[in-house]
Amino acid sequence: MNQIIPLARVFAYLSLLTVGGGMAAFPEMKILTVNVHKWLTFPQLIHLYSVGQMAPGPNMMMIVSIGEWAGGFLGALVSVIAFFGPTAVLMFVVARLWKRLEKWRWRTSIQEGLAPVSIGLLLAGCFTMARGAITGLETATIAVAVLLILLQYKINPALLVLGSAIVGILSFAPK
Amino acid sequence: MSDSAANPLPRVADTPAPGVTVSIWDIFVEFLIIGATSFGGVVPYLRAALVSKRHWIDDKEFVEMLSFSQSMPGLNATNLAILVGEKLRGILGSIAAILGICLPGGVLMYIVGIFYRQHGDHAWTTAGLKGVAAAAVGLILSTVVQVSKNSLAGKFDFIFIALTVLAVNRFHQSVPRTLILVGILAILFHRPARAEKANATQ
Repeated sequence: MNQIIPLARVFAYLSLLTVGGGMAAFPEMKILTVNVHKWLTFPQLIHLYSVGQMAPGPNMMMIVSIGEWAGGFLGALVSVIAFFGPTAVLMFVVARLWKRLEKWRWRTSIQEGLAPVSIGLLLAGCFTMARGAITGLETATIAVAVLLILLQYKINPALLVLGSAIVGILSFAPK
Repeated sequence: MSDSAANPLPRVADTPAPGVTVSIWDIFVEFLIIGATSFGGVVPYLRAALVSKRHWIDDKEFVEMLSFSQSMPGLNATNLAILVGEKLRGILGSIAAILGICLPGGVLMYIVGIFYRQHGDHAWTTAGLKGVAAAAVGLILSTVVQVSKNSLAGKFDFIFIALTVLAVNRFHQSVPRTLILVGILAILFHRPARAEKANATQ
């Protein structure tokens, strides 16, 4: 119960870092949820994030699971409101403002400048996650295979994630 | 999905005539369907539903809204929901859209979280999750490659990508500090005068 306020604070803060995608906030999410508040372990965070990729809808819904672990149903509800509320309000306000700034010369500069930074943040989040998820030759092979298949073919990523679960069971489950 | 252009659907009921407002309930239901069916990434489903099926926005608007969504905090899916909802019915439209798109995945992950807490340490679950986590790394990398192809304005931008990665992963700078510092550098690099000069020489 006493985790409700920390949950609200952490997820509201993390939501503001998700420029370009949820992964951008992953390095800070690891520090805050694992090291500072100890709501879960790093492997658990990686597992929840990855399972979340198979769920439909916005791809950071795993925050609901973290909220539930730390604070039950109320924790889950508070986490989801904290994570989506502030950015939703910000988006709404800026969208109205942005329309009026159509002729403003810096508008394009801001969009062009933030594009590479948001890609860099995605990549940094990816590397943070890879440190925990890529543990040997087998996992490295799965990651590279998924990357190459997605770049080459139009296939639903959720199917690849599911297929990798089967590969994981075949390679790592006790015989 | 991609061949919907080849098989024109009956559009009479779906196409709002100009001037006819879309109901809040319709917005909620459409985004609820997207939220429940968009396995493997929301953006293509949003495009199919909002542009091809409902004609609530056109393709050019969709691309503009997407690039705007990417340069703002918040997930692409929910930012797009806010923008489309706002365009259709103002603040109530935005609320209906974001509730709809979040509800199914949220309920699902609530159940998954409870299940994982109880069974997460089974040998088989751990083995499967190792594969899933590795796949997620490959999935994010493919997103990085695709977004880079579509949204970078020049080769120099790779330096800003590298700076961002180094700041976070190597020098352990916080994400907001990195975002502000490298962001300002990159915006100044893409400053209006320079862009106009580049356009003039083309």
